[in-house]
Amino acid sequence: MRTLLFVTTACTVIGLAFWAYHQNYRTQQAIAETEALQRQIAETRARFAVLRAEWAYLNRPDRLMELAEMNFDTLGLLPFRPEQFGRVEQVAYPAEDAPEPIANVVEISEQGESTP
Amino acid sequence: MIRKPLRPLARILEARARGESPDAIERENIRLRHEEMRDRLRQRAEARLLVLGVAFVFAFALVGGRTAHLAASEPEEPRVRAPGASILAQRADITDRHGRVLATNMGTHSLYAQPPLMVDPDTAARELARIFPDLDAEKLRADFTGARKFLWIKRKISPEQKQAVHDIGEPGLLFGPREMRLYPNGSLAAHVLGGAGFGREGVHAAEVIGVAGVEKTFDARLRDPARAGAPLALSLDLTVQAAAERVLDGGMRLLNAKGAAAVLMDVKTGEIVSLVSLPDFDPNDRPAPPPRGEAADSPLFNRAVQGVYELGSTFKTFTAVQALELGLADDDTLIDTSGPMRVSGFAIREFRNKDYGEQTVDGILVHSSNRGTARLALQIGPERQRAFLDRLGLLEPVPVEMPEAAQGAPLLPERWTDLSAVTISYGHGLSVTPLHLAAGYAAIANGGFRVTPTLLRQDAPRLGERVMTAASADKARTMLRRVVTEGTASLGEVRGYRVGGKTGTADKPRKAGGGYYEDKVIAVFASIFPADDPRYVLVVALDEPVETSGAEPRRSAGWTAVPVAAEMIRRVAPILGLRPEIEPAPQTGVTLTAN
Repeated sequence: MRTLLFVTTACTVIGLAFWAYHQNYRTQQAIAETEALQRQIAETRARFAVLRAEWAYLNRPDRLMELAEMNFDTLGLLPFRPEQFGRVEQVAYPAEDAPEPIANVVEISEQGESTP
Repeated sequence: MIRKPLRPLARILEARARGESPDAIERENIRLRHEEMRDRLRQRAEARLLVLGVAFVFAFALVGGRTAHLAASEPEEPRVRAPGASILAQRADITDRHGRVLATNMGTHSLYAQPPLMVDPDTAARELARIFPDLDAEKLRADFTGARKFLWIKRKISPEQKQAVHDIGEPGLLFGPREMRLYPNGSLAAHVLGGAGFGREGVHAAEVIGVAGVEKTFDARLRDPARAGAPLALSLDLTVQAAAERVLDGGMRLLNAKGAAAVLMDVKTGEIVSLVSLPDFDPNDRPAPPPRGEAADSPLFNRAVQGVYELGSTFKTFTAVQALELGLADDDTLIDTSGPMRVSGFAIREFRNKDYGEQTVDGILVHSSNRGTARLALQIGPERQRAFLDRLGLLEPVPVEMPEAAQGAPLLPERWTDLSAVTISYGHGLSVTPLHLAAGYAAIANGGFRVTPTLLRQDAPRLGERVMTAASADKARTMLRRVVTEGTASLGEVRGYRVGGKTGTADKPRKAGGGYYEDKVIAVFASIFPADDPRYVLVVALDEPVETSGAEPRRSAGWTAVPVAAEMIRRVAPILGLRPEIEPAPQTGVTLTAN
């Protein structure tokens, strides 16, 4: 009886030790993954900040004005003037489509005559 | 266990034979047994104490060891926790009212040298001078070969420059990471943003601190790591600001002015939508303040917030509205504006010595009559005038979120006499900033509430205390509209936007004291639009403008500031989303009755 108890205890200790060893490695793996992800997030954020700064720089009003002037022939962009405001009623909507004419008309009454 | 008997038979028989009491033997045996028990118990207790002692020693050693470890080890960031809002602790962005970036950060590098590590100082100095033309090769060589162990070469370098320095291949030239403040729009809103510089510097990092403008006012908030990533939203509108700067710059060149300022403000919230001061600078490369000479001649000087000027006839509106408010004059009260008129021995004259005869308050404003306003001011009296201007916020620095605003403290007369009251009534003898004037006109435009200008985006109207009745403000608005339709500001008419406003042309006081310049003026136009339900107030001020298209040079605001302001409204109002509308006809002869 006593021997059985000793053997069981020893087996339990070995089992727990194995489990703890396993958990330890899994935890370290998770930490390494987290760190890699955090580094990636930081890099992405930094890149995002640079892109946003670049976007703001490329969209600065001075540059847009220069571009509008350079491409005036093709785009014809002018500053927004009060005359450009309009009313909804002034917008010429496309005329409503007429109902589609029915193609290949089939006379039902004729069918009875032609088919025996 | 075999217990020793207390009364062993052999000894008892022996004792009996000798006639002794056997009880003595029993007692003796009990005593011995008790002693034995006591010894055993003591031993066990001692062993227990020892174990307990050892346990305590271990426990304390553990706590002590951990404490020592924590104290001696390098601090480390928690690695397992999920990342918060930001990993890089950096200065927050500044955006305009629609979230467009006005200031952000860029990672860059600084360049420093450690001469003891250098292999070939001569080549390094020569190559550095080639890459950075502003560096002197001789001076660098002296630094590299001297006793110095460390020196900064450049605070901020571009990636291309970094690569070029890297290509020198000198191990004594090293790079440190730097966070750099970037203003992508260049000189746009330069005076509002101010600029940033480096505070404490180390090899691995440097502190970025605001040196002027909102960067300085909100320095703590922008650097607060708890709010990093939450951009600071200003009330400025990037597009409006760009349009306003362009128009004002064009106007300034056309009219040969040496400086110009414009303030566009929402009359209900006090939000400054655009604030321009020309000439301006690039906050990415903020110039150093001038070592001598006039601060006002530096591009760093903010004419709209720091510059205090006598703003001339624009003050007549305040006199007129106070006269209405106090009941000293009504719509049809006639005031004599004919001369001559002397106050404390000082002759009050009109522009080009005109004579407008008897005028209503309305007419005084439309013709911009000095004598008419002076008569109203004498009726009002200095105390009441001072109290009214104080309520409008014209006698103290504007509490706007810029450190420069404190320098724009109004210049008041030492003693507020009758003569002061008269001159101040038409804008001389009291110097304020264009921003003060905008705040004063905003109170008229929003129906009589004091407004505190702000540079932060607001979500709801922020009306202060009431400074005049709605009826007086309403009448003043109608008068301002008439100044544009039939008075001195006729060039200010913008079809569809119903501009109302008052011109002001003030001679500049001589620097050395003693009178005014004949040919140097400050031309101001303070306007509100749309006049029937004002949304915005616009103040345009030009420093020493002159209009030379006519036979003789014209300097009055009607010919200089007004057309610039009109063009600005024409450009800016559509961007602000204001739809041009036909003016509602005045309801003459119609009496509203309630059924």
